[in-house]
Amino acid sequence: MTAWRSRVQLWWAIFRVSVEERLVYRGDFAFGTLMRFLPMLTQIFLWWAIFDAMAAQPGESSDVNAIRIKGYNLHDMIAYMLLVMLARAFSSMPGLTSGIAGSIQKGEVKKFLIQPVDMLGSLLLQRIAHKLVYYLIAIGPFALVFFLCRSFFDAGFPPPDQLLGLALALIGSFLLGFAMEACLGLVAFWLLEVTSLAFIFMLLSFFLSGHMFPLDLMPAPLDWMIGLLPFQYLAYFPSAVALGKISGNELVWGLVIQFAWVAGFWILCRILWTRGLVRYGGYGG
Amino acid sequence: MAKDSKNAANVDSVTGPIHSEGVGASGTGPLVYWRVFRTFIRNSLVRSMGFRANFWLECVSSVCWTIMNLVFFKIVFSYTDSIGRNTGWGENEFFVFLGTTWIITALIQTFVMPNAQEFSELIRTGHLDFALLKPIDTQFLISFPQMVWSNLANLFLGVILVGYAVAQLMNDPANPLTLGFTQVGLYLFFILCGLIILYSVMIAMASTSIWLGRNQTLYTFWFYLTNFYRQPMEIYQQGIWGWSLWGFFTFVIPILLVVNVPARILAEPLRPGLDERTWGLAGFTLLITLLMLGLSRWVFQAALTSYRSASS
Repeated sequence: MTAWRSRVQLWWAIFRVSVEERLVYRGDFAFGTLMRFLPMLTQIFLWWAIFDAMAAQPGESSDVNAIRIKGYNLHDMIAYMLLVMLARAFSSMPGLTSGIAGSIQKGEVKKFLIQPVDMLGSLLLQRIAHKLVYYLIAIGPFALVFFLCRSFFDAGFPPPDQLLGLALALIGSFLLGFAMEACLGLVAFWLLEVTSLAFIFMLLSFFLSGHMFPLDLMPAPLDWMIGLLPFQYLAYFPSAVALGKISGNELVWGLVIQFAWVAGFWILCRILWTRGLVRYGGYGG
Repeated sequence: MAKDSKNAANVDSVTGPIHSEGVGASGTGPLVYWRVFRTFIRNSLVRSMGFRANFWLECVSSVCWTIMNLVFFKIVFSYTDSIGRNTGWGENEFFVFLGTTWIITALIQTFVMPNAQEFSELIRTGHLDFALLKPIDTQFLISFPQMVWSNLANLFLGVILVGYAVAQLMNDPANPLTLGFTQVGLYLFFILCGLIILYSVMIAMASTSIWLGRNQTLYTFWFYLTNFYRQPMEIYQQGIWGWSLWGFFTFVIPILLVVNVPARILAEPLRPGLDERTWGLAGFTLLITLLMLGLSRWVFQAALTSYRSASS
């Protein structure tokens, strides 16, 4: 019983320190978040121009809003882009891979060997704290942008069951993002230098997660292959759920597969960690 | 670690002795500038090649981003036959535009961005003192010392894409493109104008770090700029928001001219021949280029008079 209490106290302490750490630069933070929506403007105009040109093509409806690309009309496309920003706010883990790799290179991992703290667990707690603070501040700019762009959400506010699905998908995307990038960082036990690997991962994830455009737009054999990979659960899946493109049984199955990926990568993390420690040399002072 | 030593080498190229070719001693003709420039090229090449694996990795990564960009538009053009109604930006015309964007972006990222960034850093650390002491124009000295050669990889991709797309357009049976030397010459000339405009914007932005103390947002600013200039200007020309954006990025920060003008001249989206609007934009760009260059020079000089150095 006391063991559990002290463990919870420890978690709470790690969590609190991380929260305060993050609140230091809040002003810069809120402004930066708002600025991040700026490229959306170009996206909106670009997609408008694409749909407008399609409306001018013979054999297509002349009404821009009636044109659909793989089920997405202009409004859906813009709403999707906004929702991807939301999903990435959950699944992106800036500095996680390089942080883990750095502590392995510099020998800081040692402290986790002599302290009764689990490295992956405490990193996860820190990340949750950072993210919560991030949402606390970013909710302002996000709410503002989503409010200004509300007319693009044709279906309006999602019904409760869909909202629940979205919440779960976002939590899943956070956990999956964490587990995947943690695995990548742990590879440093073997490679020491993982910057290039992290870059390739970022590249793949940007393209295959649906960050650039809805994955439905991918041509035939590709869309099927991308569907087998875990990347789509980082951005595409939550966004498509929020848009109502995925619902009912498909949604439930999607969530099951998403959390299966989370479990898979989490187990892989654990294996890499224990195997890595065997190899670990403890360089540095 | 590697980054630190790289930075140290960078600072040296401005503040340290500029090689021993006797720059100050042999007068101040334009020849000196050329010799110093050559030294900059050599130094930066030596620096890049010192970390060769890293150099190739950087090349590969920037090429990958660019190819993803191409794939995106390939997919877009599988659904539509042009970007914007009656704009003439069909697939091949647009690929000329896209290739031109890559060329210009690669050149700016190779030659201008590292220096603009470093200029900010020189001000913060007070190392600008050493640059001011050199018997050579300070703006020249801080504008060119560093070149990140790996960013040039995209230039080659851009040239290939433009070449391919132009060949496609010239063989288009319905409405073939005919190109003369003048047109190619004008294309290259307006790419140069575009580079000067972007250089002026970035140097003026970097100069503000003299007043602000530090300008960490320079790369962020650059990222947002590229987002606006890498689209055909026609997409903004609708609605009050679009026209305001168009006006702002044509007249206030004139970056929309950077890619649009050369790309229009080469791809002739509204062929046959160049339409009046393209000529109008070209004339205007010429004027703006001179104006921006003068303006950036003025901002730079004005900023320098406010420079107070850092305690050293």
